[in-house]
Amino acid sequence: MLIYDILIAPFADFGFMKRALIACLALSLGSGPIGIFLVLRRMSLMGDAMSHAILPGAAIGFLLAGYSLWAMSVGGLIVGLAVVVLAGLVSRNTILKEDASLAGFYLMSLAAGVLIVSKRGSNVDLLHVLFGTILAVDAASLVLVAAISSLTLVVLAIIYRPLVAECYDPGFLRVAGGRGPVYHIIFLILVVINLVAGFQALGTLMAVGLMMLPAAAARLWSSQVTTLAATASLIGFASGALGLLVSFHFNLPSGPAIVLMAGLAYLFSILFGIKGGMARAYFRKPHFHNGKEL
Amino acid sequence: MKKLVALIGLVLLVGATPGMAADKLRLVASFSILGDMVSRIAGDHAEVLTLVGPDGDAHTFEPSPADAKEVASAKVVFVNGLGLDKWIESLAHSAEYQGPVITVSSGIKTRTMMEDNETITDPHAWQDLRNGAIYAANIAAALIAADPPNAADYGKNRDAYVAELAALDDGVRQQFASVPAAKRRVITSHDAFGYFGAAYGIEFLAPEGLSTEAEASAGDLSKLMTQIKSEGIKALFIENITDPRMMTMIANETGVELGGALFSDALSPPDGPAPTYIAMFKNNVPKLLEGMVKN
Repeated sequence: MLIYDILIAPFADFGFMKRALIACLALSLGSGPIGIFLVLRRMSLMGDAMSHAILPGAAIGFLLAGYSLWAMSVGGLIVGLAVVVLAGLVSRNTILKEDASLAGFYLMSLAAGVLIVSKRGSNVDLLHVLFGTILAVDAASLVLVAAISSLTLVVLAIIYRPLVAECYDPGFLRVAGGRGPVYHIIFLILVVINLVAGFQALGTLMAVGLMMLPAAAARLWSSQVTTLAATASLIGFASGALGLLVSFHFNLPSGPAIVLMAGLAYLFSILFGIKGGMARAYFRKPHFHNGKEL
Repeated sequence: MKKLVALIGLVLLVGATPGMAADKLRLVASFSILGDMVSRIAGDHAEVLTLVGPDGDAHTFEPSPADAKEVASAKVVFVNGLGLDKWIESLAHSAEYQGPVITVSSGIKTRTMMEDNETITDPHAWQDLRNGAIYAANIAAALIAADPPNAADYGKNRDAYVAELAALDDGVRQQFASVPAAKRRVITSHDAFGYFGAAYGIEFLAPEGLSTEAEASAGDLSKLMTQIKSEGIKALFIENITDPRMMTMIANETGVELGGALFSDALSPPDGPAPTYIAMFKNNVPKLLEGMVKN
């Protein structure tokens, strides 16, 4: 009975806990694989940059329509895509590399967003846009998040092979077919829409937490891309469920609780992960091998 | 380059010619409710500027350089005090403002409230109309000191305003007296009605942790919902300065109809339902009554 009270009752008794849990599940399904590809392509900080970049779009949506799900999502999407495309164009046409051009655009975008929200509303509004409220997720937000993660999984399945090829050898596609940039852009679009989904629930600052932390943690447990993606989704969902329970039983804000749970999973993986974790590195007997690990 | 110089010159020119009001007192009030009270008492003799405007939250306000400019040119600055508008100190300092900063709440009997597990002084004293009368007296005294030639007018405005507040106070009391004490329970999104509740015998259950600043925890939220269900509370309100999404969700899940927006810490814009201090009460009281009757 005790275990029921601790683990099940919060979700069984309260609709908002159920919706928050389902939101975590949907978010993890989409964000996990995206996070894995970001980790494998050494673009882990890109998610962070993009999550800030969508702020002014959401802010303009907020300005026009208040706390409207659709206005804020569409705004975030448009600005996020614009930043991705502009950064891509700059990196292709100037001496700047993609990370530098992206940093430039996302910082401008972030500052514009803070400016816009502060101008119209109070700092409270800004905090809600930045941090979100997963406990107030309604049915419409759930549909949006679920639709985005479904779309993400389908698109990833379609562009899976070229995407994996580009992860390991960015030059390969350029030589073989020349459509590398297309897949790259499609992938970046997926990153943006997943962040838009996450920001509905967790806010722009925390959305990236469920994308990168589970992925980084999963990376230490497997070297198979599909296993990695599934592990990341699983860790993300488990962090969501545990974070909500912690928030429920210890009266802690739910967004940070969820992201910190994912953080614990990450720390645990760093120590004990079987693929390159610290414990393995220190305790295994030295031997020579030329295995094909990542 | 020439164009740039011309542009800078133009900007300087525009910036250097502010609309000078003909020898009117320039007064600054920290937030909208106070701004309305000050304009009532100052009448035609002053131009009142409000730093935190309609629907703005004075708790978390961050002044801009334009605000510092207004404060610098002010004759008198009015603040609520009690911890609501502490930012005025640094603002007055950075604006090198030398004039008086009047704390209009001086002389009221303060209440305490819980915030983040700490007992603090509840700043929302204006929610008791009798405190509003004390505010009015403090404002009038400061204006008389700053502008003695018009002292008679300020005294007259104060007396008329205080009489109006007293009449409203009586009316509010009578209206709430008609509701049985057991039904006088209300839930709001932010703990701003402590003085109101004490003055008019209403129990306000503000969900602790659902303050304007913090992100809510699932634990607090679940306790609140359990309370709403077990005690059959139907009077559920949102306030104009807080995020409406959370209260909407609570209402949906507990099957309670939201009772509309209460104005607590800020007035509405001029075309809204609560553009003045008095209108704020005339907006809030009937809504509260309507909600309570359903309990």
